[in-house]
Amino acid sequence: MRYEAPKTTKEAATFLKKEKGAAFILAGGTDLLVKMKLGLSEPDLVVDIKKIPAMNAISHSATGSKIGGAVSGAELGEHKGLCKTWPGVVEATNLIGSDQIQSRATMVGNLCNASPAADSVPAMIAAGAKAIVVGSTKRRTVPIEKIVTGPGQTSLADDEVIEAITLPKRGKKAGDAYLRFIPRTEMDIAVVSAGVNLTLERGVVKTARICLGAVAPTAILVPAAAKAIIGTKLDDEALEKLAAACSAACNPIDDKRGTIEYRVRVAGVLAKRAAKIAFQRAGGV
Amino acid sequence: MSSVLVSTTINGDPIEFACPPEETLLDSLRDRVGLTGVKEGCGTGDCGSCSVTLDGRLMCSCLVLSAEVEGRQVGTVEGMVENGQLHPLQESFIDNAALQCGICTPGFLIAANALLERNPSPTEKEIRYALAGNLCRCTGYDKIVRAVQVASKEMRKKSKKTKKK
Amino acid sequence: MGNDTSYTDQKFEQVGRRVRRPDGVDKVTGRAKYGADAYAPGQLVGLILRSPHAHARIKKIDISKAEKLPGVKAVVTCEDLPDLTGGNRGMMDILENCMARGRALYDGHAVAAVAAVDKTIAKQALKLIKVTYEKLPHVTDVDEAMEADAPVVQDFVFTSGVEPKPTKPSNVSGISQFGHGDVDAGFAEADVIVEKSYKTEQTHQGYIEPHACLANMSSDGSGELWVTTQGHFVFRNVCSTLLGIDIAKLKVTASEIGGGFGGKTHVWMEPVALVLSRKANRPVKLVMTRDEVFKASGPTCSTSIDVKIGAKKDGTITAASASLRYQNGAFPANWGMIGAMTAYACYDLKNVKTVGYDVLVNRPKVAAYRAPSAPMAAFGVESTMDLMAGKLGMDPVEFRIKNAAKEGTRASYGPVYGPIGIGPTLEAVKKHPHMRAKLKKNQGRGMACGFWFNFGGQTCTDLNIGIDGTVSLTVGTIDVGGSRASLSLIAAEELGIDYEQVKASVADTASLGHNDMTEGSRGTFSSGMATIFAARNAVEVMKGRAAKMWDIPVEDVVWENGGAKATGKAHSNLPPLTLKEIAAKSPQTGGPIAGHNETVADNAGVSFASHICDVEVDPETGSTRVIRYTVIQDAGKAIHPDYVEGQFQGGAAQGIGWALNEEYIYGKDGTLQNPGFLDYRIPVCSDLPFIDTEILEIPNPNHPYGVRGVGETSIVPPLAAIGNAVSNAVGVRLNHIPMSPPRILKALDEQAGG
Repeated sequence: MRYEAPKTTKEAATFLKKEKGAAFILAGGTDLLVKMKLGLSEPDLVVDIKKIPAMNAISHSATGSKIGGAVSGAELGEHKGLCKTWPGVVEATNLIGSDQIQSRATMVGNLCNASPAADSVPAMIAAGAKAIVVGSTKRRTVPIEKIVTGPGQTSLADDEVIEAITLPKRGKKAGDAYLRFIPRTEMDIAVVSAGVNLTLERGVVKTARICLGAVAPTAILVPAAAKAIIGTKLDDEALEKLAAACSAACNPIDDKRGTIEYRVRVAGVLAKRAAKIAFQRAGGV
Repeated sequence: MSSVLVSTTINGDPIEFACPPEETLLDSLRDRVGLTGVKEGCGTGDCGSCSVTLDGRLMCSCLVLSAEVEGRQVGTVEGMVENGQLHPLQESFIDNAALQCGICTPGFLIAANALLERNPSPTEKEIRYALAGNLCRCTGYDKIVRAVQVASKEMRKKSKKTKKK
Repeated sequence: MGNDTSYTDQKFEQVGRRVRRPDGVDKVTGRAKYGADAYAPGQLVGLILRSPHAHARIKKIDISKAEKLPGVKAVVTCEDLPDLTGGNRGMMDILENCMARGRALYDGHAVAAVAAVDKTIAKQALKLIKVTYEKLPHVTDVDEAMEADAPVVQDFVFTSGVEPKPTKPSNVSGISQFGHGDVDAGFAEADVIVEKSYKTEQTHQGYIEPHACLANMSSDGSGELWVTTQGHFVFRNVCSTLLGIDIAKLKVTASEIGGGFGGKTHVWMEPVALVLSRKANRPVKLVMTRDEVFKASGPTCSTSIDVKIGAKKDGTITAASASLRYQNGAFPANWGMIGAMTAYACYDLKNVKTVGYDVLVNRPKVAAYRAPSAPMAAFGVESTMDLMAGKLGMDPVEFRIKNAAKEGTRASYGPVYGPIGIGPTLEAVKKHPHMRAKLKKNQGRGMACGFWFNFGGQTCTDLNIGIDGTVSLTVGTIDVGGSRASLSLIAAEELGIDYEQVKASVADTASLGHNDMTEGSRGTFSSGMATIFAARNAVEVMKGRAAKMWDIPVEDVVWENGGAKATGKAHSNLPPLTLKEIAAKSPQTGGPIAGHNETVADNAGVSFASHICDVEVDPETGSTRVIRYTVIQDAGKAIHPDYVEGQFQGGAAQGIGWALNEEYIYGKDGTLQNPGFLDYRIPVCSDLPFIDTEILEIPNPNHPYGVRGVGETSIVPPLAAIGNAVSNAVGVRLNHIPMSPPRILKALDEQAGG
C-alpha cells in the first residue's frame, strides 16, 4: 500500500486517476480503517485529504455555508453559527459514534461510505445540501441525494473527490431536526432514522423536506410526507398523515439491527418527533 | 512494499520510527515505540481501549494511520504522570476502586482527561455520554463515573489555588 | 491451631478496610502487562485460519504455497497436533476445538495456523493456504437440534442418563434430573398453576482483552508460556497433556488479565501457539482479534425453558417443575445439568423436579460465563414467580418470602442448606427505600432472586517475611478483580500488621504448587483460607524464633498485636518482640521465615442475591432504559467492600446487557452476523444508572472469617428483574431474552391487537 497526502484537491483527484489498483480516500478513516482491519478493503493507494486547506475550512457566503470534506464532527459541533442555522445537520453528524469517532469522522466520509444508515445523510438531504465534486479535469455540484446509488455505491467517478458540502442560506422561520433509533444510548448504527427540514409562514408550514434513513437501499426523500404537513400547523392529524406517509415509503430489510416491521413502524414515529422539533425550532407554536 | 518514516512527538518526546504505510498508530505505539499502555480491545473504534490524543483531540489510535501523525503531537496514558506525580484522575481511579481488571483503564483516563479539559465540571450525564466510547465490562461504570466526579472536584480546587497564587 | 476452617466471630483490624490495591499504580499508568504486552527477542507473529462455514468436511488443506513464502517460519494443521490424549475424550475435545480434525464444526473453527516474521507476511501466508471444504447441513438452534431429523453434530455422542443406552448418536449429549417429592401430587393440590415457556439467546462474557499469549518452546523440549488466563496451572496441565510435554518442563506465567468472567478458564489456542513455536524454533505471539474472540472462544448457552409452578391460595407453592434445554456448542458439556440444579435453589419446595438437556449445535464450544447456566433458569423461574404472585394477588416479595429456602431446607438439587442469605436479602428488599420510590408514566419496578453455588478447590499459598519485616504473599489464583488487595488484608489481619507491609503477587507455575482456576467465585474464598493458614504457620515459626531470642520455651510465647509476647510471671520483664524485630534477627535464629499452606478449600457455601430494578419503556419504539437498580447480596464477610460492591455492580451490568440487547445472531447459513462490539451491544456508560448495593454479611460457617464467594451471583437476577419491571411498566410479559426494542414493540402490538 502507498500513502499520499496531497496539498490540493486536484492533486488528490490525479492520484486517484493514475492508480490502477484499489484506491481509497482517507478523511477521518473511521470507516476505511475498520474495513482494512476486517480485511474487507485492501487498498493499494490511500489518499489522505486532511492536508488540503480547502478540505479543512468552514466558510460562509451570500448563498449559504460551505463545509470542507475533512472537517470533523467535533469541529462542526464547535461551530456556533452552524449549530444555530442547521442544528439538525450538526446533531446528525454529532451522533456518529463516540467522542473519539467525532474527532475524526466527517460528513463527506459518512456520505461516501454509502451506508443506508448513515446519520448525517438524511439530515443533509432534508436540508437541501449539495456536494462540490472535484475530478482530475472538472468540478461539478451535485445534490446529496444523487451521490449514493445503493449500499456501498456512489455516483462518483473513479477520479472524483468531494471537496465540500454546501448548505443553503437560512431564513428566519426555519428549522431542521434529525432523530435516529438505536438500541443503546450511544455507539450504535441507526436502525431507522428521520431528518426533517421545514420553513414557516405565519405559523403554518410553508416548505418541508423529509428524508428517512436505514429503511431502503439509500436514504430516501419522502415528498408525500412533506405534503402531509405543508399548509398545516403540525396538528395531530397532520402528524399522523406524516407518519403514515413515511411508513408507506419504507422498503427496508430484516437484518441483525432490526426487522422490516419495526423499521416501517418506527420511521413514522421518528418523523413525527423530528417534525415537532423542527417546527419548534422554526418558531412554530 | 516500502515503509514510511514517521517523525512525531509522543508525550512530549521527539520520536522517529519506520512502519508499513497501512500500519495503525495503535500498532506502532505498542510494537515500535513500546507504549503498551495503549490497549487493543477491538481494533475497530468500538471500545476506546486504544484512546490517545492527537494534537489535543481524543481519538482511537486503531483508527489512525501512523503515517498521518507526522509532525503532530500524540498523548498516551504513559504521559499522564507529571514530575513523578500521578494525575488527579489516576489517583481518583485508585482511591475509588474504579478499576477491576484494568484493561480499559488507560483509555478511560485519556477520555476522562479530554472531557475535563473541555468541561471542568461535567454533570453525571455529561460524564456518561463523554465516556460512552469506552467499554468497561467489569465495573458497570458506577465507580468510574464517581472517580471522574471526585477528580473533577479535586482539579477545580487545585486550579483555584494556582489562580490565587 | 491447625487448619481449622470454622468461623470464629473475631474483631477485625484490617479486614473490611477500603485500601488502595497493590496493582493500582501499574494499572493507571499503563505499566501493567497483559496478555498481548509481552515481547521476546526474535518473536514471530502467529495467525489462525478459520472456517467460514458452520459445518463442513475439510477435504484437503494445501499449505505448500504458504510454507514457501519468505518470512514464514511455520505452518501447522491438525497433523501437527497428534492425538496424545490416551483416549480421554474431554481432552480430545479441547484439542479438536483448538484445531479442526477433518471437520469444521462451527463458523470460526480453527483450521490452520502460521507463524511469520511480521503481521503483513503472516496475513499473506494465511491467504495462500488453500482449504477444500464440502459443506454439510448445520443446526444452530437448541430446539431444532433436538428434533429427530436434525443434522448430527458429533457422531460419537450418545445421550447419557437414559435407559436403555441409545444405539444412535444424538445431539442431546445428556439428560439430568433433580428434585424430590411428588410433583404430580403437588400440582393436584394446587389452587393455581402457571406454566410458561421461555427462550434466552446466546451471550458472550465480553471481556475487553482478547485472548493473547506468547509461547516459547526450546529445542530441549521445555517451554514457557505467557498467557492471559483465569488458571495458569490448569492451562499448563492441559497444554502439557496435549503436546506431550512434562508438566515440570512447561512454565506458564499468567499475565495481568483483562477480564475473564469464565471465558478465560478454557484453553482456546495456546496449544497452537506452542506447536507453532516448537516447529519454528522461535517465540510466537498469538493474539485473537475481536471477531475471533466472538467466533472462536466460548460464549454461554442459548436456552429454551419450560416452567410450571403450582400454589395454594395462601401462596404456598405445592409443586414446581422445569424442563431446561441448553445448547453447549459443538462439544458435549453439562451446562443444562447445572441449569437444572440452580433453577429452584432459592425456594423451600416440598415437590420439585427439574430436567436438564445438554444439546450440541454448530456453534462455538460453550464456556463458563459468571454463574454459568443460572441466569437463564432464573429468568424462567423468577418470571413465573411474578406471574404466580399476580394470579394470587400477592405482593411478589411477600410471595417469595413465604416460599424462601432457609437453614435446614433440602435444596432442589439435593443438599440441605446451612445458614443462608435468601431470606435476609428478601427482607432487605422489603425495607429498601427503592421499593417506595414513586414511578412515572411508562415506568415499572421489578425484582428477582438469584442463587449460585460457589466453589473452593485446590489452593496453594506461600508467605515469606523479609528481613525488614515486610511480607511477600505469593498466591496461585489469578487476580481478576482486586483479590491481591483482599488477600493482603487477610495476611495483615493474621499477622497483626498493617496492610501496607504486605505485597501480594501471583506466582508462575514453577514457583508454587497447583492452584485451580479463579472460577466459581473462589479467588478470595480459597486463597484467603490458604493465606490465613500460611500466615498462621509463619506465626508459629516466629513464635519459635522469639523463644530462641528470649531463650524461653516456645510454649510460653503467644502472638498478639503483630508481635510475640512472653507469657507467665517468670517472663514479665521481657518486652514484646515485634514481627519486624524477629525478622531482623532471622539470619541468626534459623534463617528465612516463611509460612506455607496447601489445601482443598471445601464448603465454599452458597450465595444468594435479590435485585430491584426500575425501567422506563418508550411504548412507541420499544426502547427500554434501566433508570434505577439496587443489588442486595450476601457476601458472608466483605474483605474489601469496594471490590465486593464492584462485583455486585459489574454482574448486574452484564445481566442488564443480556436482558436488553446482547445476543449472538446467526444467519440462515449458520454464520455469526455480529462478531464485534458494534453489533454485539454490551452496555455503554450512558446506558446505565448508578448501581446501588447493599452488602449483607451472613457468615459462612466453613470459613474462619465467614467469607463467601461474591463474584458471580449478581448476574443471576437481572434478566428476570428487568422482565418483571417491563411487565409492570407496560403490561406485556416478555418471554424471550434479550428484550430488544423490536421484541418489546411486537409484544405491545400483539397486546393492543388481541
